[in-house]
Amino acid sequence: MIVLQWVFDIMMLFALLWLAWRALSSPDLFTAIVLFIAFGLVMSLAWVRLDAPDVALAEAAIGAGLTGALLLSALARLNDLADITHDRHKSAAGE
Amino acid sequence: MSAAGRSRHSPAFRWGLLLLLLTVAGGLGYALLTLPDQAVGLSEQVSANMATSGVQNPVTAVLINFRGYDTLLEMAVLLVALLGVWSLGSAEVHRRIDPQPVLSLLVGGLAPLMILMAGYLLWVGANAPGGAFQAGSVLAAAGILLLLSSKRFPVRLMGWPLRIGLLLGLGTFTAVGMTLLFVSGGFLQYPSNLAGALILFIEAAATLSIGVTLAALFLGGRPQAGPYR
Repeated sequence: MIVLQWVFDIMMLFALLWLAWRALSSPDLFTAIVLFIAFGLVMSLAWVRLDAPDVALAEAAIGAGLTGALLLSALARLNDLADITHDRHKSAAGE
Repeated sequence: MSAAGRSRHSPAFRWGLLLLLLTVAGGLGYALLTLPDQAVGLSEQVSANMATSGVQNPVTAVLINFRGYDTLLEMAVLLVALLGVWSLGSAEVHRRIDPQPVLSLLVGGLAPLMILMAGYLLWVGANAPGGAFQAGSVLAAAGILLLLSSKRFPVRLMGWPLRIGLLLGLGTFTAVGMTLLFVSGGFLQYPSNLAGALILFIEAAATLSIGVTLAALFLGGRPQAGPYR
């Protein structure tokens, strides 16, 4: 049982490092946000393993859920802005 | 733009960065390894005073009772963060596109359950993991789902009702603290026979405010009172 826990912890550790690295290095912002949310969920599991269920709840709800939603809404606004400037450039070039 | 960033930095810069990161990692590892075995914490003092705290969950006791001041300031920070977002501009409450029927159906089932869940987390926080911040974020998630799925969010809720919801947590917390300052002579010093009820009262108001604040942050701007400009 102890061995199983060690295996689980080590797998979780490498999954966290890998997710963090992929989230930081991903060129596509949407992918990066999804990886960040996945990182938050695995991180909340890590908090459970560290016997901190309060922090785990907060991490899952705020760290993964709400921060992910905020980042996605910020990304949508960025895309809107990019569309608007793109349209302006096009209409300026047309005139 | 990030795809081009891969080749933008010179090898010397990247090796320097690696060296810097390794130094930080080494320092952190050293600090971790030289920690004393028996950390000097306050957990003994917390468990010694649990009987007077009014709750059975030590985390809630620390957050709202022993270090209530910190949580009060956290509520203020949340509010200031929202004011910062609002000062950047306004946001439309209406969706520009119709929500998919699947989303509407899902939210119709999920939102009541999430509100119930938030109430449970708030209540259970007195003697098990849970509490105002967890309950508030579940409430905020329900609010975000409602914002995403409703074509016409009731605009009349975006004026005074929203602002009262935002201020309720901080206002209640401060009001209880100030009342206790005059009654028992210390800011947020609960009398032990009333502590449980007062903590639940503060947490209920805080949950509502945290939920409303986080959902309002998701809007990304001050909601327009009227319909489309």
